[in-house]
Amino acid sequence: MRTYILRRVLTAIPTLFIISIVIFTILAAAPGDPLSQLALNPEVPPEVRENLRRALGLDDPWHIRYIKWVWSMAKGEFGYSFSSHIPVVELVKQRLPNTLAVVGIAYLIAALFALPIGVLSAVRQYSFFDQAATTFAFIGVCAPTFFTGLLFILIFSVKLQWFPFIYDTTLKIEDFDSLLKQIKQSIMPISVLALFQMGQLTRFTRASVLENLPMDYVRTAWAKGLPERAVVFRHVFPNSLIPVVTLIALSIPNIFAGAIITEQIFRVNGIGELLITSTLNNDTPVVMGLTFIYSVLVVLFNLVADIIYGFLDPRIAYE
Amino acid sequence: MSNSVIPTTTSHPSTAAAPISHAPRTLWGDAWRRFRRHRLALSGSFVFMFLVLVTIIGPFFWTIVPTKIDFANAYKGPTLDHPFGVDGSGRDMLARAMHGGRLSISVGISAMIVAIGLGTLIGSVSGFFGGIIDMLLMRLTDLFLSLPQLPLLLLLIYLFRDALRRVVGPEIGIFILIIAVIGGLNWMNTARVVRASFLSVKQKEFVEASRCLGASDVRIIAAHILPNCISPIIIAATLSIGAAIILESTLSFLGLGFPPDFPTWGRMLNDARDYLDLAPHTILFPGFLIFLTVLSVNYMGDGLRDALDPRLVM
Repeated sequence: MRTYILRRVLTAIPTLFIISIVIFTILAAAPGDPLSQLALNPEVPPEVRENLRRALGLDDPWHIRYIKWVWSMAKGEFGYSFSSHIPVVELVKQRLPNTLAVVGIAYLIAALFALPIGVLSAVRQYSFFDQAATTFAFIGVCAPTFFTGLLFILIFSVKLQWFPFIYDTTLKIEDFDSLLKQIKQSIMPISVLALFQMGQLTRFTRASVLENLPMDYVRTAWAKGLPERAVVFRHVFPNSLIPVVTLIALSIPNIFAGAIITEQIFRVNGIGELLITSTLNNDTPVVMGLTFIYSVLVVLFNLVADIIYGFLDPRIAYE
Repeated sequence: MSNSVIPTTTSHPSTAAAPISHAPRTLWGDAWRRFRRHRLALSGSFVFMFLVLVTIIGPFFWTIVPTKIDFANAYKGPTLDHPFGVDGSGRDMLARAMHGGRLSISVGISAMIVAIGLGTLIGSVSGFFGGIIDMLLMRLTDLFLSLPQLPLLLLLIYLFRDALRRVVGPEIGIFILIIAVIGGLNWMNTARVVRASFLSVKQKEFVEASRCLGASDVRIIAAHILPNCISPIIIAATLSIGAAIILESTLSFLGLGFPPDFPTWGRMLNDARDYLDLAPHTILFPGFLIFLTVLSVNYMGDGLRDALDPRLVM
């Protein structure tokens, strides 16, 4: 198992490396001068601009610039935000926990609901429950997060006034009251994200369980007289989880995309909201840094999924 | 299996049972029959056709200009004059929805063509030639699958938007950029399924036969293998229209898609966010249209999957 994990970690490094090349190429191929804002400023004479270019290494050949760029990324130096003049790393540090909390809790809730629903709807295929579950899952997959988010605001904040409209980012949890407030304001963003994940996860689980049900080992389990609960949960379920984990790994970029939209709608101060505001404000260092951080997150979670996969299916680890 | 050497028409059960000669059952006929049985898929395709037709023909009959501003009547809900109501600047929502639908749907279909074209090309080259080419292309596919799609889309649009706008004009520029980036980041599934079916089809005898007859690689791929892989391509194509429409709406919703004067459905939602409490209908109509389009396209894809893949018993 240890060599398997080591091998996975080692293959993640070249992936990150290539992704960094992709991002750098996009940036290098993009038209426009990073110092164009200075060019418009009459107080900055052209000589100063030239010196600045040289100091920033903008005239170096591309491979030198790439190495410098990757080296500073690896050290965690993403530069300073144009608009707030705070190091990008600081901004990310403030906001990353919020994003991870929202995504993590949403995914946990989605899994808690989706896995049992998926299993039950496969075991009772074509029953009323199955029909209802598959229809809802399909709707969940098709409804874009920005629409469900707005619908939630419309129903629960505007009409029913149960939850606050906008996420209060300055709220600190000190006592029971503020904790309750925090829970109240987190319910909508988390449930929008959870609903979106639930649809997909239910479909994956159902398909995978259906594939496993006619297998020989299941027939054996039935034949030796095991009760249904044991057959389904001890034999079918663990085996069905294996492909589900792969599919989850593949949908990780989608999960973060969903989080970007949800954060933007509810104004949760996560890195997704930062990405959108920085993009609209032409804050290049933040946009670049965040794109790279998203890549790191996706690769990291893929790695985690791979390792879980290795635990679920020991055959993989011994290959 | 000795009787299979001499094929006789009478041994066919359907012709033996019915004395009147039937039209022969074809692959596509069978698929159509199976598709018709999938009620949701059938209604999905009707809804999608209807939406496409209304967005194409509608503006010729509903002649209100979608950009005409009328502040006196702003925020009004649905009335007979404006069945979808008007938005915060008093613009007619039905006209905007129809014009926006043209854009949203054509972006969806164009991006699908880009994605399917790329995916088919990469998948078929990879599956046909195998070896080191296959290895490299599949690594590339894996890499693209692990890219953070939305941040990258935002980055690409952010960096190239202004340059393209200067070269080819605002509307065409952003249109080309959006379909290129959406298509360019969505070909991976198609490449995988095309490669998989190429791997199985290229083993067949008829491929060997055409190779013996001296057919070139390109001819074998285009005339012999590809037509046999058309089912997974059609399914992937249908499903990717929905994905592309969602992505385009997301970009417009985030304010990074089409500029404000082009009312795509996502853009309308973005505008409507600011006066959500005053005029809820401005969210419901465009949002529901996106949802309906994606739902119908996806049901269509689901039905096509059942119809075109007879091995799959659902």
